[in-house]
Amino acid sequence: MRRAAQIRRNGHQRRDGRRRHALAASAAAEYHRASALARRAADAARHPADHPPPGPFRPGIWRSPLRGLWLTSILAVVLLAGLIVLAVTGLLSYAAYDPLLPGNDQTPGAGLLHFYLFSWPTHPSWLYRVDQGVHITLGLALLPVVLAKLWSVLPRLFAWPPVRSLAQILERVSLIMLVGGVLFEFATGILNIQNYYVFPFSFYTAHLYGAWVFIAGFVIHVALKFPRMVTGLRSRRLRRELRTPLAETRPEEPDPGETETAEPGGGLRAAHPRAPTISRRGLLAAIGGASLTLGGLVVGQSIGGPARRTSLFGPRGLSATAPHYLPVNRTAASIGLTAKDVGPAYRLTLTGARTVTLTRDQVLALPQHAVELPIACVEGWSVSARWTGVRLADLARLAGMPEPAGARIESIQQVGPFKAAVLSGGQVADPQSLLAFTINGEALPWDHGYPARTIIPNAPGVHNTKWVNKITFLKQV
Amino acid sequence: MTTRGGTLTGRIRHWYGANPLHLLALLASFALAGYAVRAVIETGQFLGFAIWFAVAIVGHDLLLFPLYSLADQSVQRLLPWTARRRQGRPGSSAQVPGPPLINYVRIPVAFSLLLLLTFFPLILGLSEPEYHRASGLTTQPYLWRWLAVTGVLFAASAVVYALAWRRSAARARRQSAGRPRKQAAARTRAHQTLPAAPDVVPSPAAPHPGFDVWHPARPAQNPGSPDPP
Repeated sequence: MRRAAQIRRNGHQRRDGRRRHALAASAAAEYHRASALARRAADAARHPADHPPPGPFRPGIWRSPLRGLWLTSILAVVLLAGLIVLAVTGLLSYAAYDPLLPGNDQTPGAGLLHFYLFSWPTHPSWLYRVDQGVHITLGLALLPVVLAKLWSVLPRLFAWPPVRSLAQILERVSLIMLVGGVLFEFATGILNIQNYYVFPFSFYTAHLYGAWVFIAGFVIHVALKFPRMVTGLRSRRLRRELRTPLAETRPEEPDPGETETAEPGGGLRAAHPRAPTISRRGLLAAIGGASLTLGGLVVGQSIGGPARRTSLFGPRGLSATAPHYLPVNRTAASIGLTAKDVGPAYRLTLTGARTVTLTRDQVLALPQHAVELPIACVEGWSVSARWTGVRLADLARLAGMPEPAGARIESIQQVGPFKAAVLSGGQVADPQSLLAFTINGEALPWDHGYPARTIIPNAPGVHNTKWVNKITFLKQV
Repeated sequence: MTTRGGTLTGRIRHWYGANPLHLLALLASFALAGYAVRAVIETGQFLGFAIWFAVAIVGHDLLLFPLYSLADQSVQRLLPWTARRRQGRPGSSAQVPGPPLINYVRIPVAFSLLLLLTFFPLILGLSEPEYHRASGLTTQPYLWRWLAVTGVLFAASAVVYALAWRRSAARARRQSAGRPRKQAAARTRAHQTLPAAPDVVPSPAAPHPGFDVWHPARPAQNPGSPDPP
């Protein structure tokens, strides 16, 4: 044991440039060094567990004086709250698509993972807007915290020996679900809001099932590590840390729970910490500041109004305030809409107990209603507008089915996952659900679905079908 | 029953390495994750899914992390060198006024790179075709916005640094005015090994010398540090 300690000390001396020069000057010292190396090699062969390979597996390489259980725990408690909100808003967003209605499910095969679904309500009409705004903005704001948390625990990835028991093997496998899951979800979500579809899978499928893999890893991680987090939070006082400047910043003390069982292969704190270059409060302020910067330079696209101008990086932020521009997520040009499709030849076909075909003028002759409703995209942006049009309930009566169980809304659009949507009976019956013809007092622009689109309170943007030419009222769904 | 259960628990603990509940909870979480992966397999997208999962982990742990650590180490090594060089400038006093520059450089750099890491498809125009098809807008402004935000971050950092610099210079003047030269010099020498900070508050035990050349990579300067001597 003593010899091992001596050998380890020799290792530090070798790393120290000046001392190495001094040693190299003396042949005797060179001899000692060589024999120490030989002893070390023999020892390593006998006890590989005590001799990590070089590089990140040597605890001495991790030298940040700020790493420690307290710092990790502070970041953990922020993520514990934040990631739960992120998961709940995400799962609610999935429920908003009403995947149980035939034709709506973008993620076939979910099976039991549908357990929590419910018929998505039409009130309050701002629910989806807030849910998705929080999901996207909070997700971006949590990115710096996730990166900082991973930084704080990275030495544990290289703990030596890598495994000591079956329990530890399984726990490390569960960390693949946790770390892989969180990085996968952040990567796919962040790329998707920028319409950067480089992934070789459907975003909906991957983001949903990736989320469930993450949730599995997250729940087990919280269950196993919660007591450690509480120990960490109690080891220092936040108020005190916030008053401690750099000159008084010291490494964390080893905590009593830092046993071989709790932290096999070594704890979070550095064995040989450097002098700090930033205080703990400075690091926390930097992480918090980065969160506010990322979230703050996007959130305006969800709030709308003058706040949209502050959204420098929101995909429908400052750019979407151009004159005469209304945010959209599919342009008429992209679906190849032509004047022939929407000109005098346009017909709206209603099917229920009977089939009715109407020209645009005939639909406009029906009772028109005005509503003030937001349209909110899964990508996080939203905009409130004043819409006028015919109630879907009135159209259902016209088709001879006054109380349908649902309705299938179809578009002139020929391809794409949202060329049609199925609405629930509740959505059709809501007096605010319209087949709209105007937005903010003007005829719908082509990009917004001319000649007619649906606007459903609280529905995801893509369920407000554009360029509608066919509505089938369903007796049962 | 209790004794028997205890023995069984003990045996599992010996064989498995933790409480049986630990095993049970982990198996439950694997079952949930496995169920989700089964759905991915059913949609026929498993290969891409698995590759992206692996790339996410490897990309962060073995690429992004070493890269930013290395960059940070390099900046730390570079900055005190410039500080030491300033020390020998003709006409200046022995010490260079000013707190360490490091955080005033790496924080705006980190913020700027984080914005780039997050919004690179828009900033670099990589998602232009799909973005334009979806929104009718162009990605062109995003590069300029990123450059502008980066500029603002550096400008703000420079202003804060200038304020910290003035504060520490004023403190040094106050301190050196009220004491004989020799004593002040001795005090400065005594504290040259302490890392100086913009937010240093002179404590009665260790009055801050005002400004000193910063020695970043000297370990074991902290009384609380467990470094071997």
